[in-house]
Amino acid sequence: MNAEEIYNLLKEKFGDSILEMVSDVPTEPIISVEPLKINEVSEFLRDADEFQFDSLMNLSGVDDDNVEKVTNEDETITSKGGTLSVFYHLDSTILKHKITLKTSTNRDNPEVESVTNIWGSANWNEREAYDMFGLKFLNHPSLTRILMPYDWEGFPLRKDYENPEFYEGMKIPY
Amino acid sequence: MGLLDKEFNDSNIVIAKMEDVMNWARLSSLWQLSFGLACCAIEMMAASASNYDFDRFGVMPRPTPRQADVIIISGTVTLKMATRIKRLYEQMPDPKYIISMGSCANSGGPYWEHGYHVLKGIDRIIPVDVYVPGCPPRPEALFEGLLKLQEKIRTETIRTKTKKTA
Repeated sequence: MNAEEIYNLLKEKFGDSILEMVSDVPTEPIISVEPLKINEVSEFLRDADEFQFDSLMNLSGVDDDNVEKVTNEDETITSKGGTLSVFYHLDSTILKHKITLKTSTNRDNPEVESVTNIWGSANWNEREAYDMFGLKFLNHPSLTRILMPYDWEGFPLRKDYENPEFYEGMKIPY
Repeated sequence: MGLLDKEFNDSNIVIAKMEDVMNWARLSSLWQLSFGLACCAIEMMAASASNYDFDRFGVMPRPTPRQADVIIISGTVTLKMATRIKRLYEQMPDPKYIISMGSCANSGGPYWEHGYHVLKGIDRIIPVDVYVPGCPPRPEALFEGLLKLQEKIRTETIRTKTKKTA
């Protein structure tokens, strides 16, 4: 099944929760989904006979780097808006087709539904996305840091991240 | 008959300075903590294996810090790991030695600028005896480092062995 057909079938079933499809990319076409509908859509993609996406090949977070810098009257600069995204690379080992899902959420309260209950492999991928970007995956069984120390502050792969000076008494900059 | 005569008459006795004997014993059986971190650890394992055979110099891996004399920091030290390394080092009995192997352990290596998670040199937390440059150093380079450490131990005296501080 090609991406166009997948998109149309999803649009038919979920309506406004499916936002758009971008085909003009060097990878698999990308279908955008509402962050609080991703679980429902994913379950459908896995279970429906015509899709059978039994494998989540990868799940990764992305900082879209679209924060607006606003200069206030007193010349301080505050940032406004901006989004964080999650990409899901799906594969059907049975029907041999692939698709990429994308969901964007706002930076200040980045909430996305977890898909761990659908693809078990999402568990650690989501923890990594949380660790690096602070994405909150709702209903995740154990949303804790996976790479950085538990007491680390901040999310290192965000574009506005700044290195701390010290960690547990150890100087970090060169 | 005194000992001095015995040394020549009886082949079972050697007379030497206590320091020399202690240093010789120490440098000839440097038991290494069985501990590796990254790609340098692969070279370190190659040094231990039969082609290079670290055991020729009395170096053999021990699985617990309590039986180890030397710790080879073989690879990138993340901040998360650094706290563990410090603890391992503190668990080793004196006298203890540290070989810093490779660019990462020496100074952060390729992570020196953007490595928010990397300790820029193991000497920021524990005192290093020998630095081995390379990325990663070949086993021969590690051997050179070990021989340098042995040289250093050979010249130790009870008086000049300074107290190490981190």
